[in-house]
Amino acid sequence: MLLVPCPNCGPRNASDLRHVGESVSRPDPNSASPAQWRQYLYIRDNVADWNTETWYCVRGCRRFFKLERNTATNEFRNPPMPGNKLGGKA
Amino acid sequence: MSVVGSIAGKVRKKPPRYSAAGLLSKGLRGGEWPRVWRDVPLKKSYDVIIIGGGVHGLATAYYLATNHGITNVAVIDKSYLGSGGSGRNTAIVRSNYLTPEGVAFYDRSLSLYNSMTSDLNINVMFSERGHLTLAHSDAALRTMHWRAEVNKLQNIDSSVITPEEVKKVVPSLNISDDAHHPIAGALFHPPGGIIRHDAVVWGYARGADHRGVEMHQKTEVLDVLCEGGEGPDGKGAGGRVTGVRTNRGDVSAPIVVNCTAGWASLISDMAGVRLPITTQPLQAAVTEPVKVFLPAVVVSGSLHVYVSQTDRGELVFGAAVDPFTNYNVRGSLDFTEGLAGHILELMPGVSKMRLLRQWAGLCDMTPDYSPVMGFTPVEGFLVDVGWGTYGFKAGPVSGEMMAEAIATQRTPELIDAFKLSRFEDGRLVGEKGAAAVGH
Repeated sequence: MLLVPCPNCGPRNASDLRHVGESVSRPDPNSASPAQWRQYLYIRDNVADWNTETWYCVRGCRRFFKLERNTATNEFRNPPMPGNKLGGKA
Repeated sequence: MSVVGSIAGKVRKKPPRYSAAGLLSKGLRGGEWPRVWRDVPLKKSYDVIIIGGGVHGLATAYYLATNHGITNVAVIDKSYLGSGGSGRNTAIVRSNYLTPEGVAFYDRSLSLYNSMTSDLNINVMFSERGHLTLAHSDAALRTMHWRAEVNKLQNIDSSVITPEEVKKVVPSLNISDDAHHPIAGALFHPPGGIIRHDAVVWGYARGADHRGVEMHQKTEVLDVLCEGGEGPDGKGAGGRVTGVRTNRGDVSAPIVVNCTAGWASLISDMAGVRLPITTQPLQAAVTEPVKVFLPAVVVSGSLHVYVSQTDRGELVFGAAVDPFTNYNVRGSLDFTEGLAGHILELMPGVSKMRLLRQWAGLCDMTPDYSPVMGFTPVEGFLVDVGWGTYGFKAGPVSGEMMAEAIATQRTPELIDAFKLSRFEDGRLVGEKGAAAVGH
């Protein structure tokens, strides 16, 4: 069972939240090339290590926030950071 | 190195055949069985290096040797053969997919599984017992009709049946309206069934070994060596692969194949090839053995559960992938709880059965639930990845196609739709008939 440290609701079971996914840089829609858009849409680092991800607290505060999680051990570190529904880097 | 090491590089002249007579005489006289594959020293160079000793990697090696005569091949794995998805799946095989590409592909795989026991001279215990995909709503039933028509066009035995007919196939299912999600019908696919997954791994390893392919276990790839690419160290597009760096030293090869499932994106990154893959564990569980009562494989996409009964009498369950990316294969209570609830809804009679154990395997998920196969922007570096929750049933045909791609240096037609460049061209396949996908 994964306990996700929600900044507003405290530790919550992962099933109370939605894993939006790894944070990726959203390119500027006015200048992005098709290749950059595809990179943003599909390509992920998918590391087996510390990674910054966006979570959405579905059954709690209904806020988006970013957390650092180790995808090999499922530990969290550092306080949550503000996030948005696009999952992008702030 | 042990005595067997002295025959390094030599193909065995007379591979020992498995037979009922051999089993009987061994049983009466006792004694050790010979080792199934050789334990040989790692050479400095090979024609082909295959990373990942699961069904896909071993099948590729086997078909390279049998169909194309390429035997200077090494299969390397950081753990033991079949330690990943090949030994963790729920061993269901079928070909009733939704897209024509998917159907053609898995049907070829099913026919290879059908003749595998005689081809590989090992009993893979293929049990063609029928496969039921339950529908719990009109929308799901409509998808089943769609799938059935796509299947029939390609000559696959597949049809939609009513709840009463479902009950005739599997009497223990609850088809009443009392359930939270009543059964509205099912897609029935008689050629589907289950198989002994470990025997498939051992069969391919043994067959490849007899033809001169080397298996190297406990050999972890630390880096993929490249030259001429646009990235650092000559990696990336426009470059060429020259070999791999392992924990047992550097090995050179003009062709390196990545068949590493959950770790696929990490290995590809070593060559500077970025993949649209995320790794998510899929959990499965097995109960204590009971008398045989479940004659077919039962799947419910809406309830995220599939169940079959093994020849020993255990019920094997699988579910959907975990809802977050993860390289950890520990089980969770969430899974057990959800599984038990859904199974009891389908089959209230099993409420007293006890779970023996649960486990997880890593799935390499792609955005369109279809694999990524074939050539990459790095010359000589091929991938057979993105197999997500459907890799085991596709193992034989993937091996055959990858071997053909390596030998001919051209993408075979059957896997043309699965090439990596589809994500750049915007030609996603969209296989919603994949296992463990809610639709």
